Amino acid sequence: MAHRLRAALLTLALIALAVGLLSLRGLNFGLDFTGGTLVEVGYSQSVELDRIRSALEAGGYPDAVVQNFGTARDVLIRLAPDAGEGDALSNAVLEVLRADNADAELRRVEFVGPQVGEELTEKGGLALLYALAGILIYVAFRFEYRFAIGAVAAVVHDVVITLGIFAGIGMTFDLTVLAALLAVIGYSLNDTIVVFDRIRENFIRMRKGSAVEVTNRSINQMLPRTLVTSLTTLLVLLALFLVGGELIRGFALALIIGVVVGTYSSIYVAGSAALAMGVSKEDLIPPPKEGEDAEDERP
Amino acid sequence: MNQNPLWKYLLLVVVIATGCLYALPNVFGQDPALQVTTADGEAPSPAVRERIDELLAEREIAVRGREAGEDRYLLRLGSTDAQVRAADELAVALGRDYTVALNLAPATPAWLRALGGQPMYLGLDLRGGVHFLMQVDMAAVIEQTRERYRDEFRRLLREADLRYRDVSLEADGVYLTFADAATRTQAQALLADEYIELDLEPVADSDPPRLAARLTDEERREVQDFAVEQNMTTLRNRVNELGVAEPVIQRQGRDRIVVQLPGVQDTARAKDIIGATATLEFRMVDQGNFPYFGDGDDPIPPGTERFPERGGGFVLLERNVIITGEAITDAQSGLDTQTGQPQVNIRLSGSGGRVMNEVTGGRVGDHMAVVFKETEIQARRVDGEIVREQVEVEEVINIARIQEQLGSRFRITGLESSREARNLALLLRAGSLAAPMQIVEERTVGPSLGQENINQGFMAVVLGFVLVVLFMAVYYKVFGLIANLALLANLVLVIAALSLLQATLTLPGIAGIVLTVGMAVDANVLIYERIREELRAGSSTQQAIEGGYGKAFSTIADANVTTLIAAVVLFAFGTGPIKGFAVTLSLGIVSSMFTAILGTRVLVNLIYGGRRGVRLAI
Repeated sequence: MAHRLRAALLTLALIALAVGLLSLRGLNFGLDFTGGTLVEVGYSQSVELDRIRSALEAGGYPDAVVQNFGTARDVLIRLAPDAGEGDALSNAVLEVLRADNADAELRRVEFVGPQVGEELTEKGGLALLYALAGILIYVAFRFEYRFAIGAVAAVVHDVVITLGIFAGIGMTFDLTVLAALLAVIGYSLNDTIVVFDRIRENFIRMRKGSAVEVTNRSINQMLPRTLVTSLTTLLVLLALFLVGGELIRGFALALIIGVVVGTYSSIYVAGSAALAMGVSKEDLIPPPKEGEDAEDERP
Repeated sequence: MNQNPLWKYLLLVVVIATGCLYALPNVFGQDPALQVTTADGEAPSPAVRERIDELLAEREIAVRGREAGEDRYLLRLGSTDAQVRAADELAVALGRDYTVALNLAPATPAWLRALGGQPMYLGLDLRGGVHFLMQVDMAAVIEQTRERYRDEFRRLLREADLRYRDVSLEADGVYLTFADAATRTQAQALLADEYIELDLEPVADSDPPRLAARLTDEERREVQDFAVEQNMTTLRNRVNELGVAEPVIQRQGRDRIVVQLPGVQDTARAKDIIGATATLEFRMVDQGNFPYFGDGDDPIPPGTERFPERGGGFVLLERNVIITGEAITDAQSGLDTQTGQPQVNIRLSGSGGRVMNEVTGGRVGDHMAVVFKETEIQARRVDGEIVREQVEVEEVINIARIQEQLGSRFRITGLESSREARNLALLLRAGSLAAPMQIVEERTVGPSLGQENINQGFMAVVLGFVLVVLFMAVYYKVFGLIANLALLANLVLVIAALSLLQATLTLPGIAGIVLTVGMAVDANVLIYERIREELRAGSSTQQAIEGGYGKAFSTIADANVTTLIAAVVLFAFGTGPIKGFAVTLSLGIVSSMFTAILGTRVLVNLIYGGRRGVRLAI
């Protein structure tokens, strides 16, 4: 806890940076939220994007965004919601591409109408809020409201910084990334709860020591576990990121960032926030009788 | 101390054995198969099944297995080539009375299937296919309904000799204007008798006096439900044409319909077929040539047209179309309250009713026919090659004698059975103007991408598992190996649960399994770190084990509940693939509580329990 002040400053700086990136660059929202059409086409040999671009331009789609997806043989074409007659658009685009190169194989089409996009955005935002509220209530019920605030502070910290990094590197933010974000909330909380659990136990067990000392000691005791679990989780996420395929890459990346940030926050943010809220020994010792029993048992 | 009670062994053995049993079907893979149903979606008769078998034997297509189910005849074939060839042959031979669909049938052994074992149900992103979300235009539905009421009001008031100045559509209903309040009161009484589903209310202080007719909320809901159901019926008919093995057509919310067509690749064709609605025509039968005994090529008298009849044979109809399906606003099958005979009640729009009234006025006693037109995909043999093409099909589905002058509400009687009445009503509705509908979301995954997703997902699970297993073995030694066994058991249990629940496995779902592999060892990490702490604090080995498991439990429970909260929220708010992630994550967490706590404890006790002074390899 000696680093509490420095860590707090670093945390604040990181959050400021993330918020800055979010407001200046903004998130690169995917099709799920903006609406529009996406066509993924596979070729048996690598193709030049410029050729596809000019074919599309000649075919009447000058605004199409063309990029490789994973390999040089895979091409992703994105069209804005107003590019054409909604659901018929993907077929028209494929015809243009087939006319240019008969080798083109349709791999994936996604079309999201503007209205559905709006709904998904709204639902996504609500999901984040409900998850936070649910967790706040559970932690307040199991521990104490100041811990709940500490836990939620840590989680908000993780979400903001992960989003900030996504904005910074310009990765597409789509529904799977949102799902990853909710999983990050679950994971980071899992970490935080484990630390809180030990703080509570130590408050009851240790007669001496200030709240700061007890918190510090608890976090240190849990450090091996926190790091080991983060490591095993990162190992599988790395596997997912490397061999899970292009479709799941954004999801894996969001979780990797989230797990790293979540580990940091459960060590440096959650406990500090609870302390800053003025949590003390008395708050955690449950109704007197049980508390006395617990203390009497200790030598 | 630290001995296992017998019940723990039993529980563990039973759970793991059950898990293995129900995870087993996933090992066997799938056979390419064909599924034959009648056009009405029923199983073909034994005679037809025999014909199918003979035909395939004749063409030397080897059939691996045959299953005559309640609603289908399933044929397992050796390869996808044989599957496609057999599908073409059968489509030509059986014609349009049967649907032949390509399918993948689980190759699960019969004894396992008898126990309810099934492989996991793969989502569209893994097996390839089309997902459409269609939205029914409810504003148009209500508008149509109001127009219908306006037409009917006019006719009713005219028939009752009540003078009105105007009947107009306004934002919230139909407004009638009268010359005086007395007429308005009479009209209100008349309409209230006829339309109990409407709210009739004189407009206060209106001059000239006006009457407002509004749909009650209940009626509005019913009109909308009817429109959605009618469109779903139409969609089901159309999808049958496509020959999809397991189509999903589901209502979503008030005004949306989800259509999922696994295995369909040609989305352009799928959209054409889904979009093309059938049309209907009412025409007079050429009375001079009825019944008609001619052939398909005989010359026909001028002013007539020849149509095939659904049951076989031909009929000559007059060229003039009385009304088309657009004029039909409702068609319901039912029973005549007096004779108990099956009948179909038809409602026409105001203008349609007027035309029907004029035409049938002078022709009571003549016959009237209903012609059903639709586009179908048909397979036929051209120069030895089998080709599939879209064909416009026209046929007469009903001929009835006109017994009295018809108006906007009439009925067709003389039907053979309730079943025939139901079918006719369904066809009449399918051919009438369905509410406008548009695709608001589409997600298509090609077959190669689907298989790639499965392979990559599988690779990720294996790689993730191996990495975690290595780390645990190195870091926690014997205890690590025990945790690894628990992790394997956890994986088996998750797959068994997914197979049993038949929850849809999606790509994010596989990601959920991978994530579970990483997080499931957390419980063991918590326990083992605690044991290490206890050992450092000077506890004996047995005390350390007891303490480690005992004290870590509430922490594990707390931590997992919070992750579950996030998973539940994901499930509630997520769509399709995301829901799959929530499901696998939740299942993984719950089963890890069992394997990581109870499972490892049993093994730890087995190895170290009851031995004093033994050094723990942790």
